[in-house]
Amino acid sequence: MSVEAFDVAVVGGGLHGLSAALHLARAGRKAVVIERRWTGRHASGATAAGVRTLNRDIAELPISLEAMEMWHRIAELVGDPCGFQAHGQLRVAETQEHMPALRQREARIRALGYAHEEMIDAAELRRLVPALSRHCVGALVARRDGAADPHRTIEAFRGACEAEGVAIAEGCGVEAVERRGEAWLLACGPRRFCAPVVINAAGAWAGRLAALFGDEIALGVRASMMIVTERLAPLLDPVVSVVGRALSFKQADQGTLVIGGGLQGAADLDAESSSVNFTELAKGARAASDLFPAVRGVRIARCWTGIEAQTSDHLPVIGASPNAPGLFHAFGFSGHGFQLVPVVGAILADLVTQGTTRRDIAAFAPRRLMQERAAA
Amino acid sequence: MSTQQYAGAQENADETDLLIVGAGPAGMAAAVTARRHGLSVRVVDDQPAPGGQIWRGIETVAVTPRLTRLGAAYGAGVERAAAFRACGALYEPECQLWQIEPGFRAFVTREGRARRFGAKAVLLATGAQERPVPFPGWTLPGVLTVGAAQILLKTADSVPSSPVWIAGCGPLPLLYMTQLLAAGGRIAGFLDTTPRGRLGAALRHLPQGLGRFGDLAKGLSWSLALRRAGVRVIRNVAELRAEGEGRLQRLRYRTQEGREAEVAAEVLLVHEGVVPNIHAPLALGCAVRWHEGQHCHVPVLDGWGETSQANVFVAGDGAGIGGAEAAEPRGRISALRVAARFGKLGEDGAEAAARTERARLSHGLALRPFLDALYAPRPQVFAPADETLVCRCEEVTAGELRARAVQGRPGPNQLKAFTRAGMGPCQGRQCGYTMAHIVAAAQNRPIEEVGFYRIRPPLKPVTLGELASLDTREPAA
Repeated sequence: MSVEAFDVAVVGGGLHGLSAALHLARAGRKAVVIERRWTGRHASGATAAGVRTLNRDIAELPISLEAMEMWHRIAELVGDPCGFQAHGQLRVAETQEHMPALRQREARIRALGYAHEEMIDAAELRRLVPALSRHCVGALVARRDGAADPHRTIEAFRGACEAEGVAIAEGCGVEAVERRGEAWLLACGPRRFCAPVVINAAGAWAGRLAALFGDEIALGVRASMMIVTERLAPLLDPVVSVVGRALSFKQADQGTLVIGGGLQGAADLDAESSSVNFTELAKGARAASDLFPAVRGVRIARCWTGIEAQTSDHLPVIGASPNAPGLFHAFGFSGHGFQLVPVVGAILADLVTQGTTRRDIAAFAPRRLMQERAAA
Repeated sequence: MSTQQYAGAQENADETDLLIVGAGPAGMAAAVTARRHGLSVRVVDDQPAPGGQIWRGIETVAVTPRLTRLGAAYGAGVERAAAFRACGALYEPECQLWQIEPGFRAFVTREGRARRFGAKAVLLATGAQERPVPFPGWTLPGVLTVGAAQILLKTADSVPSSPVWIAGCGPLPLLYMTQLLAAGGRIAGFLDTTPRGRLGAALRHLPQGLGRFGDLAKGLSWSLALRRAGVRVIRNVAELRAEGEGRLQRLRYRTQEGREAEVAAEVLLVHEGVVPNIHAPLALGCAVRWHEGQHCHVPVLDGWGETSQANVFVAGDGAGIGGAEAAEPRGRISALRVAARFGKLGEDGAEAAARTERARLSHGLALRPFLDALYAPRPQVFAPADETLVCRCEEVTAGELRARAVQGRPGPNQLKAFTRAGMGPCQGRQCGYTMAHIVAAAQNRPIEEVGFYRIRPPLKPVTLGELASLDTREPAA
C-alpha cells in the first residue's frame, strides 16, 4: 500500500486545522489536512462566528487581542474579508443588579493594562442599539469586536490552504496510528499518511485521537444550539449578549437574525450527530424576544447544533504532547474558538518550526488535563 | 355525546398512545382503526377540516352542487370524514407540527400558541407535495401549480377569470382540466410534456394493472372530455419559458421535434407529478431509499409501515406515491401494528386483519407502475437551464450550483453551505431534488448516492414569540 508522505499531518478539517496547515505551509512545510467528512463539517460550519474579545477569560486575552488585530486584516491572511464586520459586541445589563459585575470586569481589565472593554450607560446603549428594549440599563462594550460569515471563512481558509499547496484529504478518518522511525503513520481507510509532525485539531473527537497517541485527556462535549430566522429589514449592527442569560443575538448580512449563546442540545460522538432540544431553546427565544420585543413575530427558518469539545476549565488545549514526540494539540475551545483561529494557527507553526512560541500559552498546556495513569 | 366527552376529557392530557400527523385518507383510516382497538389517538392537521388534499373541504362541499362536479372519487370522502369525526380521536385542525423529539415529544403551534405533548408512537401521514418544476420564469406571478389551482377550486369554487394554460403531465392535470371545464372555466391550451414513446414503454406494466380497468377508463374519459371540449393540446413539449414584466404575459415552449412558439398567457399552471413529503421522516432520522420508478426518496418501511426508527410509522403518499386507495389500507396496517404493540390486539389478530388490508393495498397499487412509467418526469425537469432559479428562497441559480458542484466533490449539504441554496424558510422543499440531480450530473454519480439535505428543525416556521411562550419559567435573575 502506498504511503503519502508529508512534513505535517493536520487531523481535522475545521477552521483550526485549516489555519494551522496554512501557517505551516507558509513556513515552508508540506502539509496535509485529514478530515473524516468535509472541511467545516462540524463546529466550524455550525458556529455563530462571533469575533469576540469581550468577557473572555483573562488567560485567553493576550492571544485573543492578537487574533483581533489579525481579523481586522484578515484579507491579508486568507485573501478574503470573510464577511467580518467590526460592529462591536455588547454585554447588556437588564437591571441595576447586573451593573456591578460589568463594572468589576471593566476595572479588572483596566488594572491589567487592557482598554478594549468599556462601560456604557443606558443613553449610549440606546444610541448603539436603538431596537433594544428600554428596560436595559447599561452594557460593557468591545467596539472593535464583531462577527464574520462562517461559511465564507471556511471557504477562504480552505482556498488559501490550497493556494499554498496544502493537500486536503476529505472523507478520511484516522483509524489507527503507528510509530515508524521518526514519523507517525496514520491509517485512514484505504489511505496511509506519514509525517513526523501531527497536529490534533479534531475538535469534539480530539480526545479520542489523542488517546491513539497515548495522551489521556479528559474532555467533555458541547452541542451549542443556534436559531436563524427569516430575513428582515436592518434591525441592529452589533452583537448583543446579556448578563445572566444564555443569549447571543445578531443580524447577519443577509438580514437573518442569528441567535445563539450556548444553550445546549444533545450530542452523539459515535453517530457524529447532534440534536436540538426545543424546551431548552425556548429560553433563548424568550431572551431574544424580551430584549428585542419587535422580533416576537419573526419566523424561525432553521435551528441547529454544532458539536465541539469542552474542557473542564473552558480553556483550550494548545501545545506539544508531553508523551508523543511530534504531536501537537489544538482543541477544546469550549464554544469560543472561532475568534482565535488566525492566531492559533500561527502558534502551532511556531511550535512546529521553532519548538517554542513568544505567545503566552502556559494556561493551555495539555498536561493540566491529563489523568495520572493508575499505578500498577 | 360520548365522542365529545372523550375528546373533552383528553383536551388536557399531554400524552397519547398514537400521534397521527395529517388527516387525509391514511391519517383518518389509521385513526378509526386505532380507536376501534382502544388506543388513545391525537390527530394534528395543517388543514381546517379533515380530508387531506384529495378530499379537501369535503365536509362543506358535501352540501353543495360542487360535490358532483368534482367527481365520484372526491365524493367518497364524505363518509370517511364522518367516520373519522365519530371515532373519538382528539382532532386538532389548523395545527402545525414543527418538531418531534425522541421519546416522543411533539411540538405544535395552534391558534398562535406553541405547545408540547407526548406520544408513544407516531404515524406520519403527511402525504405528498407537487414535484417542483424549475424553468425560466417559474417564479413570476401568474405561474402556479395545478395542485394549488385545484385547492382553490375545491375550497372556494375559484375559477380563473381568463383562459389558463396548463403544462405538465400525469393524472392531475387531466382531472383538473375536466373539473375546471365543469365549473365553467376556460382552457387556452394544454402543453403535454409527456415525452414521445412513453405509452409503449408503460404498456409492459399494464398486465398487472388490468384489474384496475375502471381507473384506466376514467383516465381515458378525461382525455375524451378534453377532446370533446376542443381543448388545444400540444404534445411532447420539452422546454418551457415564462416571460413578462412583473408578471406572466407570455409563454414560450419548444417540443421534442424542435417546434417553437410564443403565446400570450395570463395564467400558467404546471404539474410534473408528486413526491412524498420526506422532511419529517428525515428530521426524525428515518432511513430513506431512492425509488427508481417514482424518481424520489421514500422512507425505508417494513410490512407494517414502520420506519428504521422504532414506533415511527409512515402511511399514505408519504410512504411512496400510491393515491388514496393505497393510503387507507396503509394507515390501517400501521394502526394495527401499534395496537398489537401496546397490547390492545393479539399478534395473530393483527396479522389476520393486516392480510385483508394488504390485499387492498396491493389492489390499490396495481396501476401505479404503469402510471409511473407513463408519467415519469421528462429529463429537462432535472436539468434546468443555467439561468433558472433553483432555490427560490435564497435566489440561487442552476448555473451557480453547477459551477460549485464540480469544485471538489461536494454533496448537497456542502453546496448548501457554499451557496445558501436550501437555507431559506422552505428548507429545500423546492430545490432539494433539483440540487441533487445537478450534483449527480455534474459529478457523474448516481442520484441515489448523492443523497439529500440534512433537515433542520423546525419543520414549519414557528415564530420566536411562539417558541418563547414554551419557556414558562421566570428569567434568571
